[in-house]
Amino acid sequence: MSTAVGGSISRKDGWVKVTGRAPYAADHPIAGVAHAVAIQSTIANGRITAIATSLAENAPGVLAVIHHGNAPKLYRPENDFMSATKPGEARVVFEDDRVHYSGQYVAIIVAETLEQARYAAELVKISYAVEDPLIETDAALDSAYLPDEFFGEKLTTKRGDPDGALSGAAVTHEASYTTPIEHHNPMEPSASIAVWNGDELTLYETTQWVAGARKTVAQTLGIAEEKIHIVSPFIGGGFGCKGFVWPHSVLSAIAAKKVNRPVKLNLTRKHMFSACGHRSETKQHVRLGAERNGRLVAIDHDTVVQTSTVEEFVEACGNTSRFLYSCPNVRVRHRAVRVNVATPTPMRAPGENPGLFALESALDELAYKLNMDPVELRIVNHADVNEHTRKPWSSKYLKECYRMAAEHFEWARRALQPESMRDGNVLVGWGMATATYPGIRSPGAAKVRLLQDGSVDVISATQDMGGGTYTTMAQIAADVMGVAIERIRTVLGDSLLPPAPVSGGSMTTASILPAIRKAAQDALSKLRQLAATMPASPFTNRPHDDIVAEGGRVFPKGADPSSGLAYEDVLKRTNQSEIEGEGYTGPGPERDKFAFQSFGAHFVEVKVDPEIATVQVSRVVSAFDVGRIVNPKTARSQGYSGVIMGIGMALMEHTVYDSRDGSIVTSNLADYAIPVNADAHSIDILFVDKPDPFIDSDGLGARGVGEITVTGVAPAIANAVYHATGRRIRDLPITPDKLL
Amino acid sequence: MQPFSYEKVTNEHEAIERARLGNATFVAGGTTLVDLMKLNVEVPAALVDINALPLNQIEDQSDGSIRIGALVRNGDLAQDSRIQSRYRVLSQAILAGASAQLRNMATTGGNLMQRTRCYYFRDPVYPCNKRQPGAGCAAMDGYNRIHAVLGVSDKCIATHPSDMAVALVALDASVHIRGANGERAVPITEFHLLPGDTPHRETVVRPGELITYVTLPSGPFGAHSAYVKLRDRASYEFALASAAVALQVEGTTVRSARVALGGVATKPWRALQAEQVLTGSTANTAAFRNAADAALTGAVSRRYNAYKIELAKRAIVRALTDALMD
Amino acid sequence: MPDRRSVRLTCTLNGRRLSLDAHPMARLLDVLRQQAGLTGTKEGCGEGECGACSVLLNGRLANSCLTPFAHADRATIVTIEGIASGDDLHAVQEAFLECGGAQCGICTPGIVLAAVDLLERTPHPTEHDVRAALAGNLCRCTGYMRIFDSVLEACRRLSASRA
Repeated sequence: MSTAVGGSISRKDGWVKVTGRAPYAADHPIAGVAHAVAIQSTIANGRITAIATSLAENAPGVLAVIHHGNAPKLYRPENDFMSATKPGEARVVFEDDRVHYSGQYVAIIVAETLEQARYAAELVKISYAVEDPLIETDAALDSAYLPDEFFGEKLTTKRGDPDGALSGAAVTHEASYTTPIEHHNPMEPSASIAVWNGDELTLYETTQWVAGARKTVAQTLGIAEEKIHIVSPFIGGGFGCKGFVWPHSVLSAIAAKKVNRPVKLNLTRKHMFSACGHRSETKQHVRLGAERNGRLVAIDHDTVVQTSTVEEFVEACGNTSRFLYSCPNVRVRHRAVRVNVATPTPMRAPGENPGLFALESALDELAYKLNMDPVELRIVNHADVNEHTRKPWSSKYLKECYRMAAEHFEWARRALQPESMRDGNVLVGWGMATATYPGIRSPGAAKVRLLQDGSVDVISATQDMGGGTYTTMAQIAADVMGVAIERIRTVLGDSLLPPAPVSGGSMTTASILPAIRKAAQDALSKLRQLAATMPASPFTNRPHDDIVAEGGRVFPKGADPSSGLAYEDVLKRTNQSEIEGEGYTGPGPERDKFAFQSFGAHFVEVKVDPEIATVQVSRVVSAFDVGRIVNPKTARSQGYSGVIMGIGMALMEHTVYDSRDGSIVTSNLADYAIPVNADAHSIDILFVDKPDPFIDSDGLGARGVGEITVTGVAPAIANAVYHATGRRIRDLPITPDKLL
Repeated sequence: MQPFSYEKVTNEHEAIERARLGNATFVAGGTTLVDLMKLNVEVPAALVDINALPLNQIEDQSDGSIRIGALVRNGDLAQDSRIQSRYRVLSQAILAGASAQLRNMATTGGNLMQRTRCYYFRDPVYPCNKRQPGAGCAAMDGYNRIHAVLGVSDKCIATHPSDMAVALVALDASVHIRGANGERAVPITEFHLLPGDTPHRETVVRPGELITYVTLPSGPFGAHSAYVKLRDRASYEFALASAAVALQVEGTTVRSARVALGGVATKPWRALQAEQVLTGSTANTAAFRNAADAALTGAVSRRYNAYKIELAKRAIVRALTDALMD
Repeated sequence: MPDRRSVRLTCTLNGRRLSLDAHPMARLLDVLRQQAGLTGTKEGCGEGECGACSVLLNGRLANSCLTPFAHADRATIVTIEGIASGDDLHAVQEAFLECGGAQCGICTPGIVLAAVDLLERTPHPTEHDVRAALAGNLCRCTGYMRIFDSVLEACRRLSASRA
């Protein structure tokens, strides 16, 4: 019996990646492809009054110049995530002459070569009627509004009497925390190649959601979904900015239609800063009330975020505060301001991540006021049930996370008082924070195909943006089929395959693997039926349920497996080229009974050189309870990935808009700093690895590990910086200027 | 837009003739030029590729100085054993900048000629006196966290981004420039120009002139030197503030000192006042702090860069402390 | 369609001599990807700030996004496609595969080249050497942990094969 699930299996897609042969969106060789360059607005608010294109149109090699004045009719898609029609912004590209933010696409050039398209783009002269842009949250506060709900969650909720509890609390803490605009900056910029064949369109994309891309682009173009084929086998990182459908996927399609040949549109790094989302700036105000023993009596978490004028996206910072700790009196409120900035979108743990920066920083501040160990404070307030939904947890090992990580970190050696630990002239600080992310599951479908050579294809229209889905899909199929993982091929990232949800919300493992299990079981069942029909065989006259198919062999129940036939021999002798099993699974009534949530804890050591105001994150130990770990190797990598992104968030990442004209001044990888290898030191990732008994009905029990890993890192670092220096930084990032 | 002509030359005379006649720009490593051409900040009509010129040697001179060809790659310069032993601060400064890839490509001469990383300079949508004289300066009242506090004018506050040049300033290097009328040597402190009313004029190099060599005088500064670079992340980033220092110490007394700053000034900055404070003083933290204060006398900050005044002082004190222990 | 100002240059690309046509100031990155069809070299930023476009140019690691095509003249160029011998992986590639040094994989070609370059110059690198050699290659996925592991493992494998 194979046990691939739970094994540290090397990436199935590793070979093509280390050899440079993995085809990412911009890499597909397409005969006769023309090249497009998208032109962005240089103003943030106003109207286009004229577009002079004749110089560009007459430039060498130019095939077309498309803009709002000559674009084909496009249609606003439904904009409903649940029905897989989710554009990044409700307004369709080239809808009218209105400019809503700097960097909005205003024209596209198509030429024979990329060089010619770039040159022609310089020749397009656009005139604007400029209006004053509204850029900064503070300037827009008067117009802040209360969005009702977001992805089905209410954004303003209250239980108990927070104000009353706060006024009667023995110890209170109140402070404001801010996080800046952050950009996903996957190392692969988005790209789209459109190929029309008659009225059928193939789009080579880098998308976290082939099904969403297909339906959304179809509705935008006004054609049938069946006419569109999305191909996205490899994704060079996404982190959320390739989840919803952004205008470039539509631009390549209309450009290719216009010039009647394939068109490739590569986004530049600069485009990536305005054309596929970012994390909104957040301004959060937290009030906590506690008894002397640390028991929380009140939490008030008030958030203001930005959204654009063409879409409502709310970074729901406070929603975790409703249940992360036990507390009878809780108020959460979110307000949004509409500003002339590009549209925000989910970025790795949207809501949870910036929200926990505020809540977990505030908890740390409260712990000092209580003269209490911050881990102890969290344990005292452990939520035994989800007090917001009043459901029991499906499984929860948060205390185990604290214990494991604290022990590994040797937290017990920590001096409680700030500025009390040193390493020579360097201040040492130890801080911690809780991590959390919901255990989401969606319906998913898969096929498992057994071929005549005994190899197996495992197939689903899911995606792998680096997390390891190519490998985990093969693992479960290997176990159920009893076939060595080397003999399993994973096929994904193609909209023609059985439908799967977005690779977002950390839901892929919980959604797809049960479907694959079912499909594999179905394939084996068909194999047994086939065996039962074989003449002159060990199975002659046996009903198919008296036949066993496992470990690569088909044999009579109770018999020695060697008495039967290999899978491939059954296929060969019945003249079948393949057997295909299908599986479709989804969440059920367990969702009404339980709260599914992953938890974790980060323990961080920082070394602060106070004279030169630099912070080094010298050591991180993180422990997670995410249900069963399907592949420790790839799961641990997700842990490293989240921690390093959290280090970036804590210490350096911030996007700056020039408030005078609303353009982004840091729209490149020199001015928007992400962590380099010199920022990465010791990181240890631990897992509780206990299956969630209710997340699926198949006993897999995995909740997904992509997003939780980043949550809580930034506050753990900020808390460590305080412990080192006595300086509480409530405004990210913690750059040298703030520590002088 | 691609330039109209591109020509390779094989000797200095030819290079200078071509440049003089054709209003051409020299290209060596290409790291700055290719980048800025893509942004439409540099739009040269003609290019003269000088990579084939025999200017890629590092040579000891009879007077004890060392002569660095303008085409010596930054990486080779930093790894050269003579530079590492006698001018360690130069090696340190180069290695503190950019990446292995860029250092393999960028040349000594090109590094001196590199352009500022000012956001507004790099975006032709904005007015910039450096790009277009008289157009105005968007940085002055814009987001100027990375901008200069020393050597500024009301026309420009852009920093010079080089690390290498800061060390060259501390080492009293000379830049050799050849033109149609012969060669001249310019002290590195006079090579870059203050922006004043003409921020578009960044160096003393005139059209048709070619940087041929940089020379480092023999000096007593090999023993105690250091380069300290402060930035938002731990490597591969331009300096918010940097300091290249060299000390000549007798017992506990500073006999002479060199202090140069990067990341905070409109040109690689020699802090003469700091050197005066240090000379003759006892080498200790108090003296270093006094020197740092002196170095930043006259600093002018804008809305977002006031922190640089203190950060630069911290860099100086740390560099002097490191140099003393060196 | 070659630009009318394009030039024909000859170079040795992954061990094969060939001629390519492009404007002398075209980016080597574009020429490799479009003319030579070698798409393993990636564009992450287009300005030398990420290292995804790294190639070995005359034996030295370089950003092909900032390299004028003219500099390919009579040059020896090695891209990621030239690192393995057929289907036999280079020890660095094997190590990245086994240690999980590749995650989303888009930065991997550049990092593999940087690691190959390092280990050719410095067969027994210190941690500082590894960090310095890879400083010009950004990765958003791995937290760099598995990349360090991979380089050290490659070093072990190469040492073993030399012994």
